Amino acid sequence: MAKKKERSLSQHMAAKKTVRYIVLILLTIICLFSFYILIINSTRAHADITKGFSALPGTWFLDNMRNLLKNGNLPVLRGMINSLIISAGTCILSTYFSALTAYAIHAYDFKGKKVIFTFILAIMTIPTQVTALGFVKFMNQLGLINNFIPLIVPSIAAPTVFFFMKQYMESSLPLEIVEAARIDGAAEFRTFNSIIIPIMKPAIAVQAIFTFVTAWNNYFTPNLLLSKTQMKTLPILIAQLRSADYLKFDYGQVYMMIFLSIIPVVIVYILLSKNIIQGVAVGAVKG
Amino acid sequence: MAATRSKKSKVVSYTKWGYIFLIPFFLVYFAFQIIPLVSTIYNSFFENYLSGLNQIGPNFVGLDNYVELIKTGDLLKYTGNTLIMWIAGFIPQILISLLLAVWFADTGCKLKGEGFFKTVIYMPNLIMASAMAMLFFTVFSNIGPVNQMLKGMGIIDNPYVFLDHTKSAIALVGTMNFLMWFGNTTILLMAGIMGIDTSLFEAAQVDGANGSQTFFSITMPLLKPIFVYVLLTSLVGGIQMFDIPQILTSGEGTPNRTTMTLIMYLNKHLFSKNYGMAGALSVMLFIVTAILSLIVYRVTVQPDEY
Repeated sequence: MAKKKERSLSQHMAAKKTVRYIVLILLTIICLFSFYILIINSTRAHADITKGFSALPGTWFLDNMRNLLKNGNLPVLRGMINSLIISAGTCILSTYFSALTAYAIHAYDFKGKKVIFTFILAIMTIPTQVTALGFVKFMNQLGLINNFIPLIVPSIAAPTVFFFMKQYMESSLPLEIVEAARIDGAAEFRTFNSIIIPIMKPAIAVQAIFTFVTAWNNYFTPNLLLSKTQMKTLPILIAQLRSADYLKFDYGQVYMMIFLSIIPVVIVYILLSKNIIQGVAVGAVKG
Repeated sequence: MAATRSKKSKVVSYTKWGYIFLIPFFLVYFAFQIIPLVSTIYNSFFENYLSGLNQIGPNFVGLDNYVELIKTGDLLKYTGNTLIMWIAGFIPQILISLLLAVWFADTGCKLKGEGFFKTVIYMPNLIMASAMAMLFFTVFSNIGPVNQMLKGMGIIDNPYVFLDHTKSAIALVGTMNFLMWFGNTTILLMAGIMGIDTSLFEAAQVDGANGSQTFFSITMPLLKPIFVYVLLTSLVGGIQMFDIPQILTSGEGTPNRTTMTLIMYLNKHLFSKNYGMAGALSVMLFIVTAILSLIVYRVTVQPDEY
């Protein structure tokens, strides 16, 4: 009797597992389907792509890349460099200054601290788009249109990155360490740079990835500020590709362009996915 | 006495650094957020646009821009579009994410390759939305692989024009939003479920509760704060929806402006230099998102009050 029950339980468990695997595999296929097409078609010639779909890759990968990089209407290489400059700048400023802001709130006691902390949390989810009009006008007055500064410097004030840093400090930065540094006679700013920043490395690494990727993918604001061809970033070039007469376009180049925008991020992601997913989960645990 | 005084003065001197370290944040926030916000509000009260090559205004018109925005019906239409496309992505997203979160957190039924599945489902979240929209546009175009496959299988004779039909256009946008966000939501909800005291689940099991009973009477109520957080942040994100429909429809909101979102509308006004209308629209969006943000703040900071 007991054995029978045990068997039906294990059968039940096996059935449960099977259903779960099927659903997960289906979702995996849905997630990867379009990327699979992207990779396949970026290796095929325009003529083959328009003829029909093939499940197997072609041999045209390098030719597509060569044609795209030679394409005078679409400065892809320049776009990648521009995107890289903006993303790297954003990533460095955002993580460093968010750690500094979080440290100010975490390690010091001063009047108005609670109000300031509340304020930063309250503005966390207000989107930048709603002030875009004033932003563009102000940048115009400052002569900063077609300049990377308004795309990099504002990231110093990043409430979400600040919040993550603050949470990390609460769990991993005991104030005794700060006290010990003070007894050693280290000046406050030096303490931050030489003692706090190394302790914060894991948090900085996670946020570095997120801020870099967000800047790399950003389309709305750069599109409003950058109109010179040589200043454009990858998302703007993709939009340009979309609004061009696509029937006349070389599809091999279209797929290659998307490939070049997506794949760097995918490679970094695959290498660091464990830390990234942990980072998302940590961000969810409320303080 | 002397010792306490020197200690006190030391505390005061440290305090100063708290303020100093906050300077960069607030300086930048003031210059790049507060000034633009004030300027946006200011502009919303002025008539200021290009009519052909003639610059009209800026003339003070009070609330006329707001009235105009509501009267033309565009605001209502684009708000509706934005919400419909958000819902089209959000409903499958929350259902699948809840299911997966419960599965991943279920210690009684460990699945192999959990790490792999998490990696795969989270990946679309990091992909450039504009590139993804361009990819979907190409894949679902008249001569794209999907139409080629459907034709090859004999399901259709002529290519199905996905962007000519409201339903399929919305479905494409919803699918992309779903793909980009369900992995993220799964991980957030999973972290929430893992945070629930395991003794509660054990007690339920002892009492003979089945899976769905446990889910509805323990998991869901305790998950409520995170659930509300996910819902509201997703809604704020939905209001900002831009890249995907903008690139997919090349800013047109095809067919017949049914996929035109609020931010696409704002973007249009900004490019045509219709600053009065752009200002009024921005202020309305600011008020809505600010209210939602305050609620998010309430939910995030005081989850214990439930």
